[in-house]
Parts: sequence; C-alpha cells; structure tokens
Amino acid sequence: MKIRIIALVFLAVLALGCALAGWIAPEGYAEQLRNEPDAACSRAHLLGTDDLGRDRFARVLYGTRVSLLLAPAAALLATALAGLIGGAAGFFGGKLEACVMAATDLVLAMPWFFLLITVRALLPLNVSPAVSVSITFALLGCLGWAGAARVVCADARALCRSDLALLARAQGASGVRLLWRHILPNLKPALYAQFWISIPVFILTEANLGMLGLGVAEPLPSWGSLLRELGSCSTGITQPAILAPLVLVILTVSSFQIAVRKEEIHT
Amino acid sequence: MSGWGPTRPGIVDGELMSTMRRLAQHGLRTLSVLAAGSLLAAILVRTAPGFGTNELDLDSRLNAESHRALHGAQGTEGGFLRFYIEWCGRVLHGDLGTSVALNEPVRQLLVERIPETAKTLVTGLTLAWTLGLGLALLSSVPGMRCLGWAAWFAASVLLCVPAAVLAIGFVLTGAPGRLAVGLIVFPKVFEFTRNLLARSAAMPHVLAARARGVSEPRVLFHHVLPVTAGQIFALAGVSVCMALAACIPVEVLCDLPGIGQLAWKAALGRDLPLLVMLTVLVTTATLAANTAAETLSRTMRGGEAR
Repeated sequence: MKIRIIALVFLAVLALGCALAGWIAPEGYAEQLRNEPDAACSRAHLLGTDDLGRDRFARVLYGTRVSLLLAPAAALLATALAGLIGGAAGFFGGKLEACVMAATDLVLAMPWFFLLITVRALLPLNVSPAVSVSITFALLGCLGWAGAARVVCADARALCRSDLALLARAQGASGVRLLWRHILPNLKPALYAQFWISIPVFILTEANLGMLGLGVAEPLPSWGSLLRELGSCSTGITQPAILAPLVLVILTVSSFQIAVRKEEIHT
Repeated sequence: MSGWGPTRPGIVDGELMSTMRRLAQHGLRTLSVLAAGSLLAAILVRTAPGFGTNELDLDSRLNAESHRALHGAQGTEGGFLRFYIEWCGRVLHGDLGTSVALNEPVRQLLVERIPETAKTLVTGLTLAWTLGLGLALLSSVPGMRCLGWAAWFAASVLLCVPAAVLAIGFVLTGAPGRLAVGLIVFPKVFEFTRNLLARSAAMPHVLAARARGVSEPRVLFHHVLPVTAGQIFALAGVSVCMALAACIPVEVLCDLPGIGQLAWKAALGRDLPLLVMLTVLVTTATLAANTAAETLSRTMRGGEAR
C-alpha cells in the first residue's frame, strides 16, 4: 500500500509541476540563449542548456506537461472506442461481434509500431507543433483500442449471459435500459483498468516515435523529443543532466504501473 | 493392453484430421486478414494527401496525353477498388513496385534486408527466451527467491525504458545492437512466464506431489511445465510480433540495415508503396508465427488432455 501512495504522490507532484510550468520556468521552452549553448548546470539553469541554448529544465517541465496531459487523453480516446465497439459487439453478439473480432484480429496482427509509423507517414510530416501533437496522440488513441475492445467484448458477453441480465429481462427491462442500467455500470472496472494500462504504453510509444523524429515537432518539447538529445552523444554522456527526461520517464511509467497493478486487483 | 491395438490408429487418424482442419481454418483466417489488411492499406494509400502527384506533372514539354500515359503506368487513375485490384495483380505476378524514396525495386530492397532482420530476430528472441524462461524457472524454485526478486526488479525497470533508449545504450557501450531486441522482449517473457509458473505451482496436483515428497526439479519438469507449455508456446508467437516492432528503433539507432530501418526511411520519405508492402509482409510473418504457436499450443493441450 505504501508504494502505491508514493507512486500517486509522485504523479501528483509531477502534475502540479506541469500545471505551474509557466510560473516555475517563465522563460519558456523555446527561448534561445545564443551565448550559452550546452551550458552546464547552474543556479540560472538547473539542468543546463541544450545545443541551441534553450533552458533544459524549462523544456523538461513543458515536455512533461505535453506527455502527461496527452497520454491520458489518448488513453481516454482508446478506452472510449474500446468501450463503444467492444461493448456493442458483446451486447448485440452475432454478426456484429464476428465483424468486430475480425477487425481486432487485423489490428492486433500488425505489429503496433509498424502500423503506427505507416499511418503517421500517411499524414503530413511538416505541420505546426500543435498539429503534430494532436496527430501523434490522436493516432495513439485511434490505433490502441483493439486489445481493450476484446476484453470489453468478452466482459459484455459474459454480463449479457449472467443471472443479473436474465433477472432484468424477466422484469421487463428493455434493451436500452439493460445496457444503460445494468451492463455499462458493470463494465466500468474493466474500462478503468484498460485506461490505466494504456497510459504507460502510450507514454513509451510517444517517446519511441519522438526519438525517431516521427513524434511532436520542434520547438514544442515532449519526452520523445527531449530523449533525442541522447542520440547525439556519440562519444558518451558528458552532461548527466541529459538523462533527466529518461529518469522522469522511468519514474512516471513505473508509478503508473504500480497504480495499474492495484487497479487490476480492485477489478 | 490388448484394447490399444485396434483403437490407436483410429485416434491418430482423428488427431491428424483435426490438426489438418485446424491448419486449414488458420490458413483461411490468415488469408482473410491479409486480404482485409491489404484492402485497408490500398484505401489509405489511395486517399493519402499527395497521392498521384508527380514532379513530371510540372514539365511543360509533356502534353496531356503523355501525362495520362504516365499516370496510367503508375496506376494512379481510377477509384481505390481498381487501384487495389491492379495492385493485387502486380503483387501476385511478383512486381512489388518501386520505392519512391530510394528509387529501387521494392522486391530487391526486401531481398537485401530480410536476412539482416531475420538475424536480429533470431539473436534477440534467443536472448529474450533464454533470460526470460531461465530466470522464471529459477525464480520458481523455493531456494532462489533472491534471484527471483533481482530478475523481477530488472524486468520492471526494463519495462519502463523506451526501446529507443535501450538501443542508444547499446550504441554508447559498443555492444552488438541485435541484443537490444532481446532486452526489450525479455521483461514481457519473464513476467508472463513467472506468473504462469506461480499459478501452476499452486494447483492441487502440484501441492499433492510436493506433499508426497517429490523433488523440486521433478515437480517443475513433470507437473508444472507440462501444464503451462501450451500458454508458453502461445507467448512465443506473440513474442515474434513484439520483436518485429522492436526492430524499428533498434535497427534505426544501431544502424542495422534491416526492414525496420527501411520502414523508418520509408516513413520519413512518405514512401507509401514501400511502407504498405512492409506492413503486409510483417503482418504475414506475425500471422504465420501466431498460427504455428497456436497449433503447437493446441497439440500440447490435446496431449495433456489424453
């Protein structure tokens, strides 16, 4: 229990830091100090500056805001799609369920990252940073529903065949009432679990996409684009501050996973 | 004993028929998934912004007829269904098209790069399964709890590290990049196998065997592993899909000229014909691996049931 509290406190502090980013780092993520590129850590620049003279601490703070706000948004979209598609397939069954299962088979058969970069390449690459952020996370949300939909579909099917549904039907409940009052509330735990599971997956996927130059466009920072700095250290890491985004990613993803494990137990 | 003589060939024939039927069903399912996937890919390519535009369109020396002939040769005229049928026809004749970004036939590019990715996959999967299964087996032995905790900690940390960062780590340390795929797949293999073994170890027949004083290795190899073998085979199929996905960042950052790196180059150059072909190829490999794993898994379960 203690470790879960620590994880939740860490996530809360991180969220607070992101919310107050404008106040903590008023210079912003894009301001270049041209006479101070690659500066070491100092009181003025807690994590030094990058090769373009931008304050690394400010960029980490704003990058965390982007990743921490949009990964849950993408997870929400994926969970909503999974709930809608999987729930309908499990509730109505028959041909609709067969079609949905075939669609999930198709999506799950394609390695996730191949599918992602294929669809990302179909969309424009030279867009404004805000659009690139929306495209990246909307794609994650739109392509991440399949696995969750299978779980939701199986749960909805089991619920439809349960005594609870039988009793409701025997009491004259209509299909809509059965779905709204009995099936959906009982699907909530599965949907919550899928939501929590998706967040760390999307954080890591965005980080991978960003490191390959297919994620959020410059100058807007995200954890993926911040980790690209590691790729330029061909002779070794001279500034340990470069590792700050990596440490943050590991701590955040592990915190989410600790929360997920507890969430799974509750379901 | 005499009862076995006449019935055994019948059982074997029935099993063979059932396996053949299952294989045929899987083959049909694989083909339908591939057909649906390629249709979807054709729609995406046909409707993508910039499809059918050619720099030769700007050449004022060419007349309208020449432009039409050029578009006809590229298969950019007509609706997506026509485009899809023509594309399928070309693929069935062995013409996989030409890469726009690399200006080389896609077939040649694939022939050059598939062996490299195959090497990466074999090395990575061997490492992942040796570490994952080995540590999971060791950590299920009562006297090895410390090793189990250390392996769990390492797997948990590796699960939280982006694949691309692991690849960079291998570049910086000068270690062979192919091993990075192994470390990316290892935590998933370890966690799944460990949970599976723990669940099987708590089953009544295992408890009964332990209560009778059967030795730990015998319990593990005769009572726990046979129960989990089916699911472990199923995981083996899924791990191929994981390793293929991990190949993209690893091959890009470690400069390994495989199909992962090719996919990345195609994505950056918006080389859609090449990307679609790669996606179809990788999907075929994944489906084949899953089918093989599922068949093995069912065979194991069938054997167990008997």
